[in-house]
Amino acid sequence: MSSTAGPYRRPVSLFWWLERRSYLVFVLRELSSVFVAWFVVYLLMLVSAIGGGSDSYQRFLDRSDQAWMLVLNIVSFLFVLLHMVTWFGLAPKAMVVRLRGRRVPSRAILAGHYALCALLSAVVAWVVLR
Amino acid sequence: MADRITLEVARYRPEQDAEPVMQSYEVPLRKDWAILDGLNHVKDNLDGTLSYRWSCRMGICGSCGMTVNGEPKLTCATFLTDYAPGPVRIEALRNFPVIRDLVVDIDDFMSKLPTVKPWLVRDKQSPVEEGEYLQTPEELDEYKQYSMCINCMLCYAACPVYALDDKFVGPAALALAQRYNLDSRDDGAADRRDVLSSDEGVWACTFVGECSAVCPKDVDPAGAIQRYKLTAATQAVKDLLLPRGAR
Repeated sequence: MSSTAGPYRRPVSLFWWLERRSYLVFVLRELSSVFVAWFVVYLLMLVSAIGGGSDSYQRFLDRSDQAWMLVLNIVSFLFVLLHMVTWFGLAPKAMVVRLRGRRVPSRAILAGHYALCALLSAVVAWVVLR
Repeated sequence: MADRITLEVARYRPEQDAEPVMQSYEVPLRKDWAILDGLNHVKDNLDGTLSYRWSCRMGICGSCGMTVNGEPKLTCATFLTDYAPGPVRIEALRNFPVIRDLVVDIDDFMSKLPTVKPWLVRDKQSPVEEGEYLQTPEELDEYKQYSMCINCMLCYAACPVYALDDKFVGPAALALAQRYNLDSRDDGAADRRDVLSSDEGVWACTFVGECSAVCPKDVDPAGAIQRYKLTAATQAVKDLLLPRGAR
C-alpha cells in the first residue's frame, strides 16, 4: 500500500507582495512609516540647529543642501504623501459620523480630511514663507 | 465564439501527488454556464475522480469558492464566457491546506468563528409571550451589510496577513462579530471584546483591503475591521481615563 501525503500547504512566495497591486501598495505604505520617522528626526534636527545659534543653523542648511539629502527628502516626501492618502482613505471606513441623526457620507468625511490638511498646510506655508 | 473552452484544473491526490498538478479538460462554452457548470460537466462526463465542493449554485451556500486565474471567486457566480477563449486555470482556494483536488480544509475558520460569538447575546431573555425583539429599519441598516456574509472564505484566500500568520482571526469572523455588535438587540459587545481587540484580532489587520475587493456579497470586512479599531481604541482611552461607572 502506498503512503499518503497529508493536506498540501502552498508555500508563500518571498515575492508575494508583487502578486497584486493592492499588496504592493500595502507594503509601500508600511515602508512609508520609516520615512515619516525620518521627517520627525529631521524636524528635531532643525529645532536643535536653531537652538544652537546661527552657526549651527547654517551648518544644518548646508547639510540639507547636499544632493543626497535632497534626494532623501524628496523620496521621503513622496512616501509621506502616500502615507497620508492611504490613511485618509481609511478614515471614512473607520469613522461613522452622524449629524442630526443622519449618517455623513464617506465622501464628505474624506473631503473634510483633505480640507483640514490643506488648511493646516496653508497655515504652515504662511508661517514659513511670510 | 468558440464552442469549447479548456479548463486547467489543479489536481492533488495525496496518495500519488507530492503537490498539485494541472490537468486539462475541454468543456462546452455556453453563455449560461458558470465555472461550476464546467466542473460538473467534467465530473459527470469526463472524469468522475475530480473532487470539489458545491451545493446551491446560486451564491448562497458559500461552498464553491476556488482560485480562478489567480483570483478568489465563487465558481457558481463566475461565468465561463468571461474567460473565453481560455484556458481557465482553476485551483483550490489559497491560504488553506488542500485535502484533495479543489477541496480545502476549513477547520481553522470553523474553529475561529465561534470565538467571536456570532449570535445574539442578551443580558436578559424576554419571555416568548412578550413577542419579538423589535427593531427599526435604521437599526437594521446598521448591521445589514455585514449580515450578508455567506462564509465562503474568499476573504481569507485574498488576505496576505492570514497567509503569513494563520493565528489572525480573519476578515469574515471579524465582520460577523461586528454584525452582532452593531445589532440593537445584542448585548454581547463586551464579551467579544477580548478576542476582537487582541493582537490576533483587528490589530493584526493592516488594511490591505483585498478582502472587501473579492467579497461576492459586498460585505466590506475591511471596513468593519477599521471601524472596530476605532471603537477599541476609544474604549481603551475611556478605560484609562474614566471611573468604572462612566465607561
